[in-house]
Amino acid sequence: MSIFLNENSKVIVQGLTGSEGMKHGRKMLAAGTQLVGGVNARKAGTSVEIDGTNVPVFGGVEEAMKETGADVSVLFVPPKFAKDAVVEAVDAGIGLAVVITEGIPVHDSAWFWAHATANGNRTRIIGPNCPGIISPGKSLAGIIPANISGPGKMGLVSKSGTLTYQMMYELRDIGFSTGIGIGGDPIIGTTHIDALAAFEADPDTEAIVMIGEIGGDAEERAADYIKANVTKPVVGYVAGFTAPEGKTMGHAGAIVSGSAGTAQAKKEALEAAGVKVGKTPTETADLARTLIQG
Amino acid sequence: MDLYEYQAKDLFAAHGVPVLPGRTVDTAAEAERAAEEIGGPVVVKAQVKTGGRGKAGGVKLAQSPAEAKEKAEGILGLDIKGHIVHRVLVTAASDIAEEYYFSFLLDRSNRTFLAMCSAEGGMEIEELAVERPDALARVPIDPIAGVDRAKADEIVKQGKLPAEVADEAAQVIVKLWDTFVGEDATLVEVNPLVRDPESKIVALDGKVTLDENAEFRHEAHSQLVDEKSQNPLEAKAKESDLNYVKLEGGQVGIIGNGAGLVMSTLDVVAYAGEQHGGMKPANFLDIGGGASAEVMAAGLDVILGDDDVRSVFVNVFGGITACDAVANGIVEALKILGDDATKPLVVRLDGNNVDEGRRILAEANHPLVTVVDTMDDAAAKAAELAAAGA
Repeated sequence: MSIFLNENSKVIVQGLTGSEGMKHGRKMLAAGTQLVGGVNARKAGTSVEIDGTNVPVFGGVEEAMKETGADVSVLFVPPKFAKDAVVEAVDAGIGLAVVITEGIPVHDSAWFWAHATANGNRTRIIGPNCPGIISPGKSLAGIIPANISGPGKMGLVSKSGTLTYQMMYELRDIGFSTGIGIGGDPIIGTTHIDALAAFEADPDTEAIVMIGEIGGDAEERAADYIKANVTKPVVGYVAGFTAPEGKTMGHAGAIVSGSAGTAQAKKEALEAAGVKVGKTPTETADLARTLIQG
Repeated sequence: MDLYEYQAKDLFAAHGVPVLPGRTVDTAAEAERAAEEIGGPVVVKAQVKTGGRGKAGGVKLAQSPAEAKEKAEGILGLDIKGHIVHRVLVTAASDIAEEYYFSFLLDRSNRTFLAMCSAEGGMEIEELAVERPDALARVPIDPIAGVDRAKADEIVKQGKLPAEVADEAAQVIVKLWDTFVGEDATLVEVNPLVRDPESKIVALDGKVTLDENAEFRHEAHSQLVDEKSQNPLEAKAKESDLNYVKLEGGQVGIIGNGAGLVMSTLDVVAYAGEQHGGMKPANFLDIGGGASAEVMAAGLDVILGDDDVRSVFVNVFGGITACDAVANGIVEALKILGDDATKPLVVRLDGNNVDEGRRILAEANHPLVTVVDTMDDAAAKAAELAAAGA
């Protein structure tokens, strides 16, 4: 088992015909993803060939779903058009929309989130500004390098892309049921808590690594959730202890204002919930290894 | 991007929010002329992007143009919480009957927007929120429905603004929402929003944060960037499209890929520094997933131009980009920089094609480069070299 994405997932890419879409479409296919189609209104009816596989291009998400049975969409749509693309995926009622796009205005993210909520949250949104999700050996929906780690018993949820890769690589001896990068923007779809709940319910996940960073209170809320609902062991890591107040460090969400959202506060909240928090990524990986072996 | 008060008020005025007439000036002599033009008593206000200006002596009342000049002389050059005052706003003095608080902001936890409103304005909102939480109304705003007159009435009611200003306050709130949405702001704050003796509502102060991701639909926003107060290294990095933040008091230059990994690198260097003379990270620099030779060279160029830097830690995880490409980038960057590269570099590579990447660096055998296998050990080495270079 795995969460949100498995070997049966049928994946389409919105923005497949662009350079990023093609590059990562190729990598997804190589990772074993059932890539069943692309969406581009201007190229409807055509197809693209990726390493010998013919991938049809549809005019819209709804049509692509009807023709292929797709239940996952990965979005490589430029920021300007991302809101409409997410709304289209939501209106088509696809089960999972993974929004890779970086640089979407927060008013647009707030808008499509409100739209998804008004539609009863039938569509799970991951991202935006995220590396996506991988269930190693089964499927990849996003840009996570598939060869850094194999299948295994660890679940991973992280705000940061490269820290996701770093942690999966450090724990490649154990492997992962699923790894999710939820994104570093101020407004994101799937949260730490959503992933924790799914990992808790997944019989093949034995332990969970949770990576957070400064800004907001998502980690504190996750800590409360863990205390009340998660029985599986969780280890944590928080980045940004040395980040100064009021400065944006790459992730629009990673900004400390006032006393809220500091790395120290997050670490303390997690520890109070019984989560072991590593000082560095490597120490965190060591803690995780002990949990699963011990 | 945080705006200055005068910039925020310009945006308010453009959206029909009432503000007092004023002029922004850089010198005391100009302040005097501005006061003459405005006529009557004026307030001279320091333009810095931080709160607590009044307490720091950055806001002064002047009865005459000559007094405005004198007050401006005292305020210009003032250091307010580390912000030097280069500019003052000279604005008509207002008779204040009552002060209120109002803001629209992003509510991250609930993934929506929030209006905050209180009949008790003037004081710092953080204090009000702690001391008198009941006096501060928090009203969730649906991003799609927005704020129409009915919603504004609800906000006014919950904020317990007095009945005699309810109508006008609601009108102003709708215009503030227009500003918030129309300018792609993540914060619009008016503290205080005041009632003058004629019961007119005026935005006496303004704090606006704009979303830089939305610049593609706001051409005018790029003109709001204050190049004068920008750190020269940050300005240089921005020219090369690098995501760079200068950190005061650090000695170890940092280059990495991915915001999270770079933030983590800063922390790991600070921990290592505890064992090596208190060395600290000197900057945040994310060269992104690509890490080409040109980007690496541009990044190294910025960091080596920082006089505070004594050693550089290049920390890259080869995910999308493989380590051999990154290693070639570092070698090429050092060739491009030639004699300009003068400080020791500690390089840690991990991930895809790591063996090939390390082989390339070993073969190049650059005298300034030390390759260390793990992030923790590399941070320790970089801190050690920085301490030795003191």
